[in-house]
This record gives sequence, structure tokens and C-alpha cells, in this order.
Amino acid sequence: MNTPTAQHTAPAGGRKGPRRSTAPHGFTARLLRKKAAAASAGYLLLVVLVTLLASPLAPYDPDEQDLTAALQGPSGAHWLGTGELGRDVLSRLMHGGQITLLGVLITLAVYLPLGVPAGMIAGYKGGWFDRLVLKSADLISAVPVIIVLLVVLSVFTNNESAAMAANGLLGAPLLARVVRSATLGVKEELYVRAAVAGGIRDRVIIRRHVLPRVTGVVLVQASVFGAYAVLLETGLGFLGLGTTKASWGSMIAEASKNIGTDPWLLVPSGFMIISFILALGLLSDGLRDTLAERYAPPADKPPSRRMGRPRGAAPEPLRTEVPDTARVIEDPDPDALLSVRGLTVSLTIEGTPTAVIRDVSFDLRSGEVLGIVGETGCGKTITATSLLGMLPAGGRIASGTILFEGTDLARADAATMRRIRGRRIGWISQDPISSLDPSFTAGAQVAEVVRLHTGCSRKQARERTLELFAKVRLPDPGRVAGSYPHQLSGGMAQRVGIAAALAGDPALVIADEPTTALDVTVQAEILDLLRELQAAGTAVVLITHDWGVLADLCDRAVVMYAGEVVEEAEVTDLVTTPTHPYTAGLLGSDPHHALPGQPLPAVEGAVPPPTQWPVGCHFQNRCPRVTDACKEKPVVISRLVELERSTRCIRPLELIGGPAHD
Amino acid sequence: MHRILFRWLVGAVPVVFGVTVLTFVLTSLVPGDPGRTILGANASPAQVKVLDAQLGLDHPLPVRYWDWLTAALHGNLGDSITSGVPVSDQLTSRLGTTLSLIGGAILVAAVAGVALGVLSALKGGWLGRAVDGIALVGLAVPNFWFGLVLMTAFAVRLPLFPVSGYVPFTDSPVQWFESLVLPVLTLGVPATAPVAKQTRDGVLTQLDREYVRVLRARGVPERSVIFRHVLRNAAAPIVTVLGVVVVTLFGGTVLAETLFVMPGLGGLAVTAAQTQDIPTVQGVALVFTVTVMLINLLIEVVYAMLNPKVRT
Repeated sequence: MNTPTAQHTAPAGGRKGPRRSTAPHGFTARLLRKKAAAASAGYLLLVVLVTLLASPLAPYDPDEQDLTAALQGPSGAHWLGTGELGRDVLSRLMHGGQITLLGVLITLAVYLPLGVPAGMIAGYKGGWFDRLVLKSADLISAVPVIIVLLVVLSVFTNNESAAMAANGLLGAPLLARVVRSATLGVKEELYVRAAVAGGIRDRVIIRRHVLPRVTGVVLVQASVFGAYAVLLETGLGFLGLGTTKASWGSMIAEASKNIGTDPWLLVPSGFMIISFILALGLLSDGLRDTLAERYAPPADKPPSRRMGRPRGAAPEPLRTEVPDTARVIEDPDPDALLSVRGLTVSLTIEGTPTAVIRDVSFDLRSGEVLGIVGETGCGKTITATSLLGMLPAGGRIASGTILFEGTDLARADAATMRRIRGRRIGWISQDPISSLDPSFTAGAQVAEVVRLHTGCSRKQARERTLELFAKVRLPDPGRVAGSYPHQLSGGMAQRVGIAAALAGDPALVIADEPTTALDVTVQAEILDLLRELQAAGTAVVLITHDWGVLADLCDRAVVMYAGEVVEEAEVTDLVTTPTHPYTAGLLGSDPHHALPGQPLPAVEGAVPPPTQWPVGCHFQNRCPRVTDACKEKPVVISRLVELERSTRCIRPLELIGGPAHD
Repeated sequence: MHRILFRWLVGAVPVVFGVTVLTFVLTSLVPGDPGRTILGANASPAQVKVLDAQLGLDHPLPVRYWDWLTAALHGNLGDSITSGVPVSDQLTSRLGTTLSLIGGAILVAAVAGVALGVLSALKGGWLGRAVDGIALVGLAVPNFWFGLVLMTAFAVRLPLFPVSGYVPFTDSPVQWFESLVLPVLTLGVPATAPVAKQTRDGVLTQLDREYVRVLRARGVPERSVIFRHVLRNAAAPIVTVLGVVVVTLFGGTVLAETLFVMPGLGGLAVTAAQTQDIPTVQGVALVFTVTVMLINLLIEVVYAMLNPKVRT
């Protein structure tokens, strides 16, 4: 048994939001609105009252013996039965509560007056006193408190008050530590800093500004520590180290002698202790929650509970889904390595399944590099993860096909997807360092994937790992293999990531902005690696928002806007003659084309979230060429056959021939 | 490793020192006279005085502390006032019982806690709430009461295990095991809750990490993702929680050993406290503190082994 402190202390200080009313009645009212906490408070009050009024209320004298009626179960005369000397259990329970409550009171009477001021001073003043508080808290949390209390009790025999006071003394530094951190938060607040600057005395500031703000934290700690004091007091009573009078703990000791003949005796005293502590625990949870609400901005309403649909019911229509009549879906290209047609993915947003990408189609041939370009929030990453069947929780492919090497991945089961992941399709992450498991060396992580996909021996896997490291041009592969992720630079970590992606010798590699997190010089080297991959016959899907990278590396590119493919073309055509106003706008805002002294042109506005997609063209609100016709109905992507490109604009040709961007 | 050892020494020495000073000062407050206690009421004042001098009680407190400390460092903790047996002999003969009990309880807490935590993190929903509920109730149930319920159910009603007592491993491994089951559960089951809570929180945090997504994208089977990677990364804070739990278990042995009448250190401390056997109480406090410190060192080492950033 060691002194506990509440695990989740309430937000230390109010940095989280504006300070609301600190009127105590507001706090109490909010607390009482929590049913469990209110019921607990009521129960505790009832127990305290009954205990205090034990003498007039109890049906018998707690020490009145009746050996003829010993160890009898509950009856009309003795509601909770009798103990080993025929004493009435109910009466002893009522009187025994006084001992426990007194013990709790003594503990708290030492705990609070020592811990609260010490914590506030330590937090407010800092310095040697602060260090002393922290050190003593460390010391006490390393010692089994009950042993110290046994020492106290061996000195002050059967003096339970001394033990409970000592308990409060030992707990005080732990309380001080919690109060200290709450005080540190308050101290940084503007109004406190203003008070300090205004020359108000420290003592006044602490009393007027700091104390009200730490009160909630103190209440939580006090109820947790009170619960602990109950456990301790009854424990001492059980051991026979406390008083000789009736107490909850000694009643359990009495029960322990009679478990063979009258196990019922365990029930009333056990129930009292457990219910009392449970009530204190629920109360402190309620206090903690109320406190958190008070200093945090009100949270959004939680999403409706009705997630998912009842079994057997038809799927709910997706929000923002387009009817099939409004689109033209071609058959997949059988010659392509990857052929995506009409792919629509839904995620659960605010409790409603919502299409986040829709009607996405593109093809990729072996050895080709396909770029996916667009602003953040346009659905590039969702498109890529859906290829691997790795949508976030609540996500699913609502319609469409993903034909890869003859298999429709949109309908593949988990086992099929596992065989494809890593072995046929490799993945390169956007954030190289955090894409590696921090607990394993780079070599071990790659070797694990090698073994997984080739089934070779550990030794072979190690050799293959070093080969892969050499292939991705890691200097000193042996040293890198023995390094942990935190010892690698971003560029090295990304090479390790690429090596791992290549471990299964995949036909397709998906790279999600592989160079975003890297320095410019390293970026070029990583891009060189991807180019080598392509030269070796591996197809690549490259997600990027960098036109330079796109033009440098890709054969074809798909431009995505607000969940849709708005244009798809060969990269040279796309860059020189965009047919969609969004493509033109994106190209115009590319910093590579910026003119010195001129502001960088940008597409005005922001990408609408999936819940706010307009009915017609998704780009209508930001398009410089918008007409009424753009707003009427969803725009279908149309194939410009002679140009070998597609565009989702009702007046695409307008742009061709004209200057794309000045 | 040297750094860990050094840091541990810097922390542990003051704690052990502090506890010994505290117990020594406290016990010097004992009302009455140890010489009188030992010799009984019939002894003459002169005899008592001689004995007090033999016990060194005529010296001032700091001198007595220094004498005690130097003797303690040589393994001499004095003799029990009640039985006359050297305290160190009592302690060594009982340490095995207490360590068996604590070892078993921490094993139960670790295995059951991690299993429950992982399960509730992966299945969520009612199982997660159940873990929360058990944690709340677990804090509220006094372990001596829980032990009595176990005893009633599995030793009295269903005589599967002995009601009380302890059989050393060297006497009979089977009976040793049987005599430990109920006390170990008494301490271990309630200790499961904090471990389960930490495990669940840790696993849920790790599952959100990018490396988990990448492992899945590489086709690593879910079993391996969870047990090889996620759990490994969630392990360090779990070990820290286990360290806190161990300290509470030492306190718990006081109750559990009394309840199951086991010849351990906790039970010894209780009888010593009841009979004002001060040297024995001091000895137990010292052994408990030193053992807790050694366990903290063990936890530091395990923590470093689990966390490459600390180790390298």
C-alpha cells in the first residue's frame, strides 16, 4: 500500500481556454449534474450522518453481548445478523464508522494544511523550497508507507490517531507536488502576471488568484487520498493495531475468524468499506471531469452513436455521392498494370458516411511513373491508401474497381490484400523517421520484411538487407543496419524506408510525398533513386504537390481537386497546355515560376471539405471562368481522344492554345 | 549502464538514509524504557540501568544512530527484544516467503494486466469499459477482504488450497505452489488494473503511429504488428507502472501475510509492532526500503533495455 495520487490530474492551469466563472456554486451545480458523482456525494453524506447519529439511531448497544444469539444471520431482530459474541452487526457498523471517519478526518487535517500551502509556495516561488518539495515527494513515493506507519504504531501502541496523522504527513508532499504544477500553470496567466507587475504582494496574489484555481485539483486529490485513508484505517483495524472498539476493519477481522461457520459476516462490513471508497472514487472522477470542463473550451457534440448500419439493411446512400447516371465509367484497361475505374471511397464524418473521393479513374502501365498532384485535402493520400486496402477506421470503398495484375483490389479479401502488400505493391511513407519502428534497428526492420516476403533464413535476410541498403546507396550499410531510427538522418531513414519497400520486389511502388520532409539536396538524391527504380521496370505512383518533381520524374499525371480527378494527361502536355482551370491555377502558383519582385499568384480560396462540396463543378467557387452552367449539375470527366487526355471541365478547349499562365 | 547505476545510487542512498533516520528518530520517542521492557517489572532500577547502558541507550541520539548504522552496514541489526534472536537472522529466514509472494503477485499483475489491456485496446467497446470498471472497483476493494473471500471460496467451501501457512520451495515445490496461490491472487488481482489501464492506453497510442501504418502496408501480419512492434513500444511505461505496483505490493504483504499466516517480513513487522519490538521493526523497514530500491534499479535497467534512446 503506497500513497496514491490521482493519475490524471486536471489541466494544470488554464492555458486551455478562457477563464469562466469561478463562482463556487457554478462548479457545484455542474458537478451535481453528473449523476454518478451526485449520487456518490449523497451516499457519502448519508453514511456520515448515520454514523454521527449512531447512538440514537442504532437498535442496540454496539458492545452488548448475547451469547445465545451469536453468529446468526440476518433476522427481524438483527437486520444484519450478529457477530461472534452475539453483538448486533448493524449497530456495530454504525458505530464503527465513527472510527473510520475520524481516521480520515485526522489524515486530511494534516494532509491539506501542509500540502496545499507548500505546493502553492513551491510553484509560485520556486527555488530551494520547490526542490525540497519535489525531493521529498520522490522519497515518499519510493517507500511502502504502511511500514513507516507500523513503526509509528510500535511507538504509539494502539494509537490510531497518531498513525493516521503520520499518514497525512507522508501524503502531504505528494499533494504539494500536484498543487505545485497547477500553480505553475496559473502563474503564467496574464492576469496573474499583471497583478505581479502591479506590485500586489505575493501573499495576496496567492490567496486571491492562485488558491481559487487550485481548489478543484485539491478536492480531487483529497477525495482520492480520503479513499486511501479508509483502506488504510480499516487495514490497521483488521490487523488489530488500531483501537479495540468496534470498527469496520476489526469487524472484518472478526469475520475472518468465523469464515467456516458464518461467512455472511464478511458481507456487511465489506460492503460498507467498498461502497464508501467507491463513492469517493466516483466523486473524485466527477470532480475531475467538472474541472476539465471548466477550464477547457466546450467540446463539439460527440458524433451520433449510430455508427454503421444494422445487419442486412441496405447501405445508406452516401452524402455527396453522385448518381451513376451522372458519370461515364469505361472498362478497365486490360494491358495496364493498374487500372482504377470509378473509385469512390467513403469515410464516416460526423457520424455520416461521406464520399471523400469519387469517380477516380486512371491507368498505370508497367515501368511507368504516374504522378498524383493537388492541394492538401484533395484526396491524394486516400486514393493511394485505398489501393492497399488500408483506409482509416470507418472508411470503405463504396464503388469502383481497382484492377491490379488481374485482381480487383476493391473487392479483395484480407488474405489477398496481405499477399499483395509489400510483395506486389510497396509503400514509401511521407515521414521517413516516424515510419520506422523506434525500438528496432534499421537492419532488423528491413530483414523482417525480407524474411516475410521470401521466407529465407535469418542469415540470408541479413545479407539481402545489406544488398538492399547498398542498392539505395546508403553509405556504410553495415553501420546503418545496426542503427536505431533516432540515430538516422531523414534522408538515411527514407533510404531505409525505400529498401524496406523494395524487400518484396514489388511491381508497383506507391510513394506518398517521399521528399516533403527532406532537405533539398537530399530530395534530389531520393528522386534519383526513384528514377532508377523506374529504369529497372518498377511502376511508381508518386504523390506530390511539387510540379518540378512531377515534370522531372513522371510520365503521366492525375490532377485531383476536392476528391475528384479534374485532369489526366501526359506530363508535358499537362504542364504546357492545361485544359482545366484548376491545373492552370496550380501551375501558376508554382514557386518555380515566380518572378522576382512580383507577388506569387495563388488560387484564391481553399479546398472545400467533403461535407461542403457544391452540387456542380467542385472548383466553381474558386474558378475565374465560372458560368451558371458549372453550378447546375455534376461535371462529368470527358476524354479528349485525339489529345489522349481527360478533363472534368465543361469548356475545356478554351484553354488550349491560349497561354496557360503568364 | 554506468550512468544508470550512478543515477540510481544518487537517488537511492538518500532514500535509504532518510528512512533509517526517520525510523530511528521515531523509535527514540518510545515512551517507557527498553531495559525495563526486557527485564520485566521485577528488575531493580540498577539492573535496568546496566542493561540500558549495554544497549547504548545512555548515549545521545546521533551517537546511537551512528552506532546502529555502522553495525547495520556490517549486517548487525541488533537482537529482537521479544525473542532475543538476531534481527538479521529473522529477516533472512523470512525474506524468501515475502519475495515468493511478491514475485507471484507481480507476475499475475503483469501477465493478466497486459493481456487484458491489449484485448481491451483491440476490441474496445464493452471490454474497455469493463477494464475501467474493474480498475475503479479494484481500487475500492481492500485486499484483506478480497483475500478472505478467496479463502472462504477456495479453501473453506471448495478445499482446493490450504487455508493458511507457507511451505518453502525446498521442502516441496508442489505444496509451495499451492500455499502461494491464494495469497498471490489476493495481492495480484487488484494490482492487475493499473497495468491493464497503462497497457491499453499505450497500445492505443502506438496504433496511431505512422510506423504501424507502414508495417501494415508492407504486409506484416497483424499478429506481428501488435505483439512484436506495438507492444514492444508500449512496454517502457508499463514497466514503470509495474515499478509503482511493486511498492504497493510490499505494503500489501503486511496484510496478506497476516491473513494467510505466512512467515514473511510483512507479518513479522505486524507482530513486532504489536509487541514494540523496535529493532525488528527497524530491520524490516530497512530491508523493505533496500529491496524496493533494488527493484527500482532493475526497472531502470529494463527500461533502458526497452528504450534504445536511453540505451544508445
